Amino acid sequence: MSFSNLTSTINLPKILRVIPRNRNIEAWLLVFALGLFAFELCQIQLSVLQILRPDFWLYFLPFSIAVVAIHLVLRMRASEADSLILPIGVVLNSLGIAEIYRLDLHTVAVKGTELFAGKQIAWTCLAIAMAAVVVIFVPSHLFLRRYVYVSMVVGIGLLLSPMLPFIGKSINGARLWIGIAGFTFQPGELAKIALTVFFAGYLVTRRESLAIVGRKIFGIRIPRARELGPIISIWVASLLVLVLQHDLGTSLLYFGLFIVLIYVATGRSIYVVVGLTMFFSGALVASRVADYVTKRFDAWLNPFDQKHYDAIGGSYQLVQGIFGLAHGNLLGAGLGGGLPQLVPLAESDFIIASLGEELGLIGMFAILGLYLLLVARGVRIAFNHNDDFSKLLAVGLSFVIALQCFIVIGGVTRVVPLTGLTTPLLAAGGSSLIANWIIIGVLLRISDSVASGQRSIAAVN
Amino acid sequence: MQRELRRISIVIFLMFITLFVATTSIQMVQADALGQDPRNVRSVYDSYQKQRGSILVDGQPIAISKPSDDVYHYLRTYSDPMYSALTGFFSNYQGATGLESAMNSYLTGQNSAQFFEQISALFSGNPVTGASVQLTIDPAVQKVAYDALGNLTGAVVAIDPTTGNILAMVSTPGFDANKLAVHDGVQSTNNYNVLLSDKGEPLKNRAVTELFAPGSVFKIIVASAALESGKFTPDSTLPNPVKFQLPGTNTFVQNSGEGKCGGKATVSIADALRFSCNVPMAQLGIMLGQDAIRAEAEKFGFDKSIKIPLPVTPSNYPTGMDPAQTGLSAFGQFDDRVTPLQIAMVSAAIANHGVLMKPNLIQSVLSSNLAVLSQPTPSVFSNVMDSTTAGKVRDMMIGAVARGVSSNGQIPGISVAGKTGTAQNGVGAPYTLWFTGFAPANDPKVAVAVVVANGGGMGQSGRGNSLAAPIARKVMEAVLRK
Repeated sequence: MSFSNLTSTINLPKILRVIPRNRNIEAWLLVFALGLFAFELCQIQLSVLQILRPDFWLYFLPFSIAVVAIHLVLRMRASEADSLILPIGVVLNSLGIAEIYRLDLHTVAVKGTELFAGKQIAWTCLAIAMAAVVVIFVPSHLFLRRYVYVSMVVGIGLLLSPMLPFIGKSINGARLWIGIAGFTFQPGELAKIALTVFFAGYLVTRRESLAIVGRKIFGIRIPRARELGPIISIWVASLLVLVLQHDLGTSLLYFGLFIVLIYVATGRSIYVVVGLTMFFSGALVASRVADYVTKRFDAWLNPFDQKHYDAIGGSYQLVQGIFGLAHGNLLGAGLGGGLPQLVPLAESDFIIASLGEELGLIGMFAILGLYLLLVARGVRIAFNHNDDFSKLLAVGLSFVIALQCFIVIGGVTRVVPLTGLTTPLLAAGGSSLIANWIIIGVLLRISDSVASGQRSIAAVN
Repeated sequence: MQRELRRISIVIFLMFITLFVATTSIQMVQADALGQDPRNVRSVYDSYQKQRGSILVDGQPIAISKPSDDVYHYLRTYSDPMYSALTGFFSNYQGATGLESAMNSYLTGQNSAQFFEQISALFSGNPVTGASVQLTIDPAVQKVAYDALGNLTGAVVAIDPTTGNILAMVSTPGFDANKLAVHDGVQSTNNYNVLLSDKGEPLKNRAVTELFAPGSVFKIIVASAALESGKFTPDSTLPNPVKFQLPGTNTFVQNSGEGKCGGKATVSIADALRFSCNVPMAQLGIMLGQDAIRAEAEKFGFDKSIKIPLPVTPSNYPTGMDPAQTGLSAFGQFDDRVTPLQIAMVSAAIANHGVLMKPNLIQSVLSSNLAVLSQPTPSVFSNVMDSTTAGKVRDMMIGAVARGVSSNGQIPGISVAGKTGTAQNGVGAPYTLWFTGFAPANDPKVAVAVVVANGGGMGQSGRGNSLAAPIARKVMEAVLRK
């Protein structure tokens, strides 16, 4: 079949449409992913309840319907979108639901009432719907570029909203939540998308002037003072988050995102050097001055010290999480076979420790591998796209996922101090799910234009 | 931008590598150490999730996990305090000692020998049941040994010299391990503190972990070293003064009766051993030199880490002594320190024609489906001396029992080889009383060591022959009765 005399596929009769290979691959992978989810749920019921119960369908069906629905939306609206991103998202999200359900079963067994799995499924369906909305209503990769400054306002607004009186809420010492009518929401999760759009749009227009560097001092080319302005304001904003919202992770996430994007846009490594120096000197000062940061640092450096272990806000949770991981060993205790409930917040902040305990090192490697693959697909979009804004947006969103994994999982495994960020797609919590599924939606949308862009080039030739 | 994207990709990759390394470090490298952290309750819960294996003596459990109705599912139960030196205890709150600790991986089903069971358990969901451990202990001999020690503080070790199998191992006072196995934390801790503060120190395993001054039983090693040197025979004579001044000191060594050793101007090595005389042995030791004695002692197992599989405290013959100290060490004083097991090994080696078999408590380890996971076969620990030399030492030990000061080891109608010891522990301190030997002397079925600590409650007036030898005789009789 030759397309050499065609400029577009849109007007072709149906029978001549390009076979959506990516979607067919995706379909098979989704069958596998949903099968895995069913297997996980069954294993948990058998392991904890010793019996399969019909409420299995309550957990399996809504999620599966949502997955099938977004797959169909992609077939119609973005048939050339990347084939791996959705299945990876589904595997991670469903694994999170399974583990949360497993923890719920324990809660029920000890007559507790705080359950999370039902809510998690509801949020997941909503989040997948939001991703579908993105795919449907964002018609092209260039669409978001129109809303760069709106994104800035929205992003900063969301970021600062927990500091507002009445609706702002502190949980576990970090002021990252807003609460309205009984629902709590972590607006910072959505802010990261808005700010990525803003950074990408802003840097695409300013990259030429930012790339021009001024005088040499000690053999290093220093950016001109006015070009440093935006960096300094982002730096100040990050430190404000750190100081006012008590969270090192969020602060590091936004600043890291900005540094990466400005580096990709300008190609100047001086921004990385200056940026990291500024951030870490700021964080170091904060660790000395602010009590809660000092505590986190102490708990990170000497968690097994009895003094820090016993301290309020000390290392108890971290140490119990590490015990859980160690208990998992190579093969894990099996889903439903471990004791993840011993760790506080096992279903949210420490879900990775829960999974590490039950799935072992093998499971941890699989989870990390999936994240890495997801991020790699995102970066691949950036590599292949010919539009600079889309490149920045794709790499920015991918890097946000990567950095968030690093900060959260690194926090649990003592690579970095523990922070209040959530594990993307796995942890219980609606805001995080919605934000990450929107990211998936945006990545799918951009990836579709990579493929169709290439195809139209091929067609022109 | 492509170059920057490549670099960012590398950074992302490095971030994930860091996470891979960190999880591997926690879940593999540090996993065991983290599992043993006392703040980690997982291993405790884990160990109660499945039935721990039993410890068996002649098919009967001396430690067994019985189903219980609480969260722990099983309660560890012990049959008799006479086995406490073997089993040790297994407690939620105080950890584990004895075989409960040494054989823990088998008892919990975590040993690598159960690898395939563990794999199949992964699929079946049924936890691996712990393996049971069958001991070489003979319950009748164990009971005789425990009863014979009675209220005395001390230990008995009886070994089959031809195999190294331990037939009895007793440490008194024993303790009731059930009191520590109780699931109530406060109760368990209180009971533990009571045992800790008990003057009899029942938690100490005197048979294998406690060190004692050997006194005259050490003379067997010196006599062996003398024969092995090729310069002496049992009939070689030594000067026989009433007192012997240690070289370079004003200290005199005397025999225990404070007289001569026999009535003559000289005394043979055989007679010195028979009458257990210090003066000739001190001279002999100085003539041999500390290195020759130490070499001999090490062939018997001194200074070596031994696991039976209970870890045995190495017995020690001092280094860097001057001739005076060497003289004292030659009759088991100065800083000589031994475990009863070590002394039993000395007798066992001589009984087995100079070949020392590795001492061992484990007859077999059986998985819950009765597959043999481990069945130690007798193995040679060391070739101490040739059989001719061993025969000469044996004959001297026969003399010591039949016609010497170790006479309470005699069994009517059976030839017994043996040696007593009465070790001093400093001015005014009670003596440590010993007997070691084997029977029948010509076809040995059992080698035994008995120690009675704290002078057997008689301060400095008890003797090895009066208190330790009768216990050893009863133990040997119990074996020969079979």
